[in-house]
Amino acid sequence: MSAVFQPIAPRPPPVRTTGAVAWLRANLFGDWMSGVATLAMVAAAFYVLPGAIEWLFTHAVWRPDADACQKARGEGACWGVIVEKWRFIMLGRYPFEQQWRPEVATVLLMGLLVASCIRAFWKWWLGLLWLVVIPAFFWLMGGGFGLPRVPTDLWGGLPLTVMLATLSIAFAFPLSILVALGRRSSLPAIRTLCIVYVELVRGVPLISVLFMASFLFPLFLPVGKSPDVLLRVLVGITLFAAAYLAETVRGGLQAIPSGQVEAARSLGLTYWQTQRKIVLPQALAIVVPGIMNSFIAIFKDTSLVTIVSLYELTGALGLALNSDANWRPFKIEGYFFIALVYFAFCFAMSRYSLWIEKRVGVSRTR
Amino acid sequence: MSAEPLPTPRGPSPAPRRRQWSFRSEAFRGLLFQLFAVVLVGCGIWYLAHNTLANMAARGIQSGFDFLAQPAGFDIGETVIPYDALHPYWRAFLVGVMNTLRVALVGIVLATILGTLVGIGRFSRNAIVRGLCYAYVEFFRNIPVLIQLLMWYLFFTDWLPPIFEAFNVGGLFLLSKAGFSFPVPVWSFGVALALVGGLIGLLAAWLYRRWALRKFEATGRVRSLFWVPLAIVAAGMVLGWLVGGAPTAWSIPRAEGFSMEGGASATPEFLGVLLGLVFYTAGFIAEVVRAGIASVAGGQVEAAGSLGLTRGMAMRLVILPQALRVIIPPLTSQYLNLTKNSSLAVAIGYPDVVSIANTSLNQTGRAVEAISIIMAVYLVISLSTSAFMNWYNKRAAIKER
Repeated sequence: MSAVFQPIAPRPPPVRTTGAVAWLRANLFGDWMSGVATLAMVAAAFYVLPGAIEWLFTHAVWRPDADACQKARGEGACWGVIVEKWRFIMLGRYPFEQQWRPEVATVLLMGLLVASCIRAFWKWWLGLLWLVVIPAFFWLMGGGFGLPRVPTDLWGGLPLTVMLATLSIAFAFPLSILVALGRRSSLPAIRTLCIVYVELVRGVPLISVLFMASFLFPLFLPVGKSPDVLLRVLVGITLFAAAYLAETVRGGLQAIPSGQVEAARSLGLTYWQTQRKIVLPQALAIVVPGIMNSFIAIFKDTSLVTIVSLYELTGALGLALNSDANWRPFKIEGYFFIALVYFAFCFAMSRYSLWIEKRVGVSRTR
Repeated sequence: MSAEPLPTPRGPSPAPRRRQWSFRSEAFRGLLFQLFAVVLVGCGIWYLAHNTLANMAARGIQSGFDFLAQPAGFDIGETVIPYDALHPYWRAFLVGVMNTLRVALVGIVLATILGTLVGIGRFSRNAIVRGLCYAYVEFFRNIPVLIQLLMWYLFFTDWLPPIFEAFNVGGLFLLSKAGFSFPVPVWSFGVALALVGGLIGLLAAWLYRRWALRKFEATGRVRSLFWVPLAIVAAGMVLGWLVGGAPTAWSIPRAEGFSMEGGASATPEFLGVLLGLVFYTAGFIAEVVRAGIASVAGGQVEAAGSLGLTRGMAMRLVILPQALRVIIPPLTSQYLNLTKNSSLAVAIGYPDVVSIANTSLNQTGRAVEAISIIMAVYLVISLSTSAFMNWYNKRAAIKER
């Protein structure tokens, strides 16, 4: 008997595991719960999104027209308030005809920050650049040497926010290295002093430090002398930031194996030589992301100085709208705007922090 | 032990320690540096104190904590303990501390729940859930908490309907410019007994849990560690309530003209602070939870799966207990951050300790005293919280043999 060759039917091709449909199946309808969640969220989006888009965009008033805004109240946002007041919100009470100065100063300072974040610029002249740009910022903002003087109580808005964050971190950084080294020192008195400082500052809220800067610093100084409130607040934020940064730096110091220190000592390096040439270069490279996170935190925390009457971004918004009865009802739009500004800055910085974290990781696995 | 101790063998006697009082000796230099640092700090503090006293004398500012016994003379919007303007300052401060603790405790509980859900959501198999959780974290973490507080407060006072048109769920829960109102049982003997019963049930449930865990260790038989204790607590409450005569009276909120009558209410100030803190801190807690879960080795999930555990069971029984060890220390600092951030309540007029101190400062001019009270309160809260969490952390840490 001769068997006739009967080919069996070809098997179906394997279910695709790549491509849009497969992705949808795996990520949106993986099992029944996932499918229900997907459907529920799509339904919720259909319920919420049309109203949100109407309020945010289609029914919103974009012209600086208070009457039209009042009419659209409840149905559409009034972005006209931003168009009308953006100068006041971004620059505070700075004299109108001089407003090119804070604009240039802010661009300079932010340029300096961006340059400091780029690896190719990490050269000796970057320090020099800081020494040039920071005085230039104060010259542009404050005047003198050919520019009319503008007292610090008229400074406000974004320049103040960026300046407070930048300078407090810049001054806090060296201080925090000293404190971190002191906290790991073998000398008990110095260690105790550093621990007390760090734990005291980290145990209290920033607002109490700002109250101290605002109410107590004038009492601390010799009779009749009271520095500018801006300077006092800057000192307060710096002392506050230094305690947090010191803990970040200490984390980096702890990551350095003790063999490194022992090797350095056996080569005859002194304590400071060991720290400067062996420990700190390695430790600081590890904590760059941590420093970046502290910078983000301080950048957000500068919003608190509005409570002690310095008109940075948050305070300038209140100043711009509270005094004007036509626009006061549209404060929430103003908050959305400055929230967006803060978000843009902080999100960019946190992305940079993630990137640098990866770079640091590369150098360690090498 | 025998009566006479064995004579210890004597090695070569150590060379007598020579004290080198020269600058080359490290010990001497260390001593010198420390002396220098202590003298410097001491001088600094003396200088500041001296200036402060001179300034106070020059400006005629009185000092001392004696003002705490004087009548405060201002009213406080919401109080936990009875208070009026005739009460002394110390009582006003006590009210402020209670308000701080109230918002911080409720905030910590809610932020932990929300943050854990969002953190776990980052590992969902559903892409929309993953994306939403990611967006939540990035959005709420990158906007200053002060602005979030102000926005919530504005939302409550500006956008919600007035009291007589309140949003209303079944006539029981009302949301309006006056805040959020909800029904509470009318205080009576039965309610008190139900509470006592609940407490006894809690104790019994804890004892049962201990017993069940010991049995599990001994025999391997799994007993319910969640539903049975819950049932015990519920039974205790119901029993207490029945013994007290089963009172069923509820105080239901309703709008009477321009004020809310009956029920209990959370003011817009409280809700503004609470929601601002919860949504902000939950973003950070979500990241802490995510990092903790990510730190558990992938083989653990696979092993749990191959033992037949579902994804939910693997998360609850295998991953979270291990992740908890990584999570607790950063979680503690988030709790402390939330508590410290509650001081921003001063910006929207919630009467927490900072805002009471601020008012007292403006009334009496005693800046040093008022600010040191704020700092002392937060230091006590911070230090005791970290002490408690360190204790808990030791318990949850890996028992190394």
